[in-house]
Amino acid sequence: MNLFKQFKNGLSRSKTGFMGRLDHLFDSGDIDEEFYDELEETLVSGDVGVQASMKLVDQLREEISKRKIKDKEDARQVLQELVVNMISPGKTMFTSASINEPTVILLIGVNGTGKTTSAAKLAHLYKQSGNEVMLVAGDTFRAAAIEQLEIWAERAGVDIVKQKSGSDSAALFYDAINAARARNVDVVIGDTAGRLHSKYNLMEELNKIYRVVERNLPGAPHQVLLVVDATTGQNAVVQAKKFNESMPIDGLVLAKLDGTARGGIVLNIQEELDIPVCYIGTGEKIEDLAPFDPEMFSRALLEKN
Amino acid sequence: MFSNLAEKLQGTLRKIKGKGKLNEKDVDGAMREIRLALLEADVNFKVVKDFIAAVKERAVGHEVMESLTPGQQVVKIVNEEMTRLMGQEHSGLETGKSRTAIMMVGLQGSGKTTTAIKLARHLRGQGRSPLLVGADTYRPGAVKQLEKMADSIGEKVYSNLEEDPVDICREALQVADRENCDVIIYDTAGRLHIDDEMMSEMAEIKKAVNPEEILLVVDAMTGQDAVNAAASFNDSVGLSGVILTKLDGDTRGGAALSVLAVTGCPVKFVGVGEKTDALEPFYPDRMASRILGMGDVLSLIEKAEASIDQDKAKEMEQKLRKQQFTLDDFKEQLGQLRSMGSLEDIMEMLPNAGSLPKELKQMSFNEDNFKRIDAIIGSMTKEERQDPSTINSSRRQRIARGSGTTVQDVNRLLNQFKQMQKMFKQMGAADKKGMSKKMKKMKNKFPF
Repeated sequence: MNLFKQFKNGLSRSKTGFMGRLDHLFDSGDIDEEFYDELEETLVSGDVGVQASMKLVDQLREEISKRKIKDKEDARQVLQELVVNMISPGKTMFTSASINEPTVILLIGVNGTGKTTSAAKLAHLYKQSGNEVMLVAGDTFRAAAIEQLEIWAERAGVDIVKQKSGSDSAALFYDAINAARARNVDVVIGDTAGRLHSKYNLMEELNKIYRVVERNLPGAPHQVLLVVDATTGQNAVVQAKKFNESMPIDGLVLAKLDGTARGGIVLNIQEELDIPVCYIGTGEKIEDLAPFDPEMFSRALLEKN
Repeated sequence: MFSNLAEKLQGTLRKIKGKGKLNEKDVDGAMREIRLALLEADVNFKVVKDFIAAVKERAVGHEVMESLTPGQQVVKIVNEEMTRLMGQEHSGLETGKSRTAIMMVGLQGSGKTTTAIKLARHLRGQGRSPLLVGADTYRPGAVKQLEKMADSIGEKVYSNLEEDPVDICREALQVADRENCDVIIYDTAGRLHIDDEMMSEMAEIKKAVNPEEILLVVDAMTGQDAVNAAASFNDSVGLSGVILTKLDGDTRGGAALSVLAVTGCPVKFVGVGEKTDALEPFYPDRMASRILGMGDVLSLIEKAEASIDQDKAKEMEQKLRKQQFTLDDFKEQLGQLRSMGSLEDIMEMLPNAGSLPKELKQMSFNEDNFKRIDAIIGSMTKEERQDPSTINSSRRQRIARGSGTTVQDVNRLLNQFKQMQKMFKQMGAADKKGMSKKMKKMKNKFPF
């Protein structure tokens, strides 16, 4: 499937909300104070966040006066550029330079964002491009999380390493890396238990996983992905901040972008923490994971229907 | 919970609270800041608009302008409007019938399965006999999850992966009769509100089982989109209530303020943890004053009464009054606190929690820290515990060695203790000026 099409499909529903409003906004009337007010409101309602929205609107205002723009279509172009300038894409299909050692990718995040599903989709993606992939059922806490990942592993046709429910997740990862070495696995993709970032003990546990993985394989985990639910509001920024403290985050997976949620929070996280988006989740099927592309994101976001 | 919003609003309201006279400009300024705070808290922008309009209309009216304390009056209005927005009173479940059917619906990952289990346990506690129905045949492992969790609380599950969710739900009615269950809780699949096929499946389940309650499970961290989803679910099946989950995080929880305003459905329960008993009834009035930093004193008192020894509390109060609070007492208090639950939760229930000293807020109250504090205080002599000012640097080193900690740890504890003593002093002073009755009552039970 054409990548842009997949991306747009994922975003198409939100068009009736967020983007529909933007279109309406750019369609008629003058560029006046009311226009800017409404624009700010629209961005806020797309979870872009008050500060990022105000910044965007101020920048747009400046550019419009600098370039003496009168036409709203031109204003749209400028806004699109501004959005693109605000976000940078994260690394996708990342592998470490080492040939002898596996690449370790970990998925972390709060409860119910879609870590297990994203892990499966990621495994599928790496497998498709010819890698030997191993999934690690690191969520040993939630009931049936292991069974869930097992079913996914079977569908993706990849190996899975697991322990029984309730066992120590860090120890499991230690063993998994050894197993990956023995089986000549290229990419290890680890699921972890969902946890609220405000729970001290659980965040310490995550940090322990990080330390144990690094001890067994210096340089690992090579990519830590925070899975963020696209419907999440401003709390996602705090989530990213706190998770980043216990395990440095390399990028985001923006999951569930196939609803009416607009995922505007991405701009905010980038703005405040400089963490890019690597992938977007666009559905419940195993192939519904696409690389994040700011150009397309911005285009799909602001383009006319 | 809601902490950031509370801090912001407190700051704003403090500014106008003390003013003897308010003009329209003062009110405008305050409203602008409240608007910003609410938007940052993910309250839906339309709801914010209405809220601000309602507060402003009252704030520039006679009841404020003619009042002797107009600032206070504005605070009161904000509080009242916020309570109104969240639905005035606690509303419970409609479970009066001889057999009650409850249907859980919601987006993916909002917490339906966990909440279904919590609800089953809650109803079992009320003497009901629940049957859980696994109607999520789509997500891998979903029914397994329900079965495992149900097993852990000793409840029954009916499901059949070979069948269609509508048929499973219909058959569950007979199973409930056979097993003598008087409450049926349907755990349906997570679905997007724009997925027509899945939405009509949900409507069919409703038709098949005719439930008394259809509860929408909403993640408290949801942003502006919360109202879109809630409105769609409401349009499709007609919701009877909302359960807000993951409220034990630090989300500002604007969803709570928005959902009711948009759907007219009350929030009935909130999920506050991963354990199966972490389900609490939702009290709009208490939540509103908590958001505004007036403290949820009622809940705090209830909590304290349930877990604190009355005589000891009296004794402690005397000590506090005479400012004889020692490290020994500190240790004992910490022990009692632990039995009341997480300290962060308790702090948030305190009036003006937003303005607590930094040192206190930064104390992270985890088990390790408690053990460390225990060890440090245990390594002091009796004199040192009575009067910490005698602890000089060589004593600090000895205490650190004795407790297996560092001098920094000892210093930190002593600083925190000092802060706490200072706080009590201030509380004592405020007491003389005349605190509200509630505050006094609370202080008797719980000196922190």
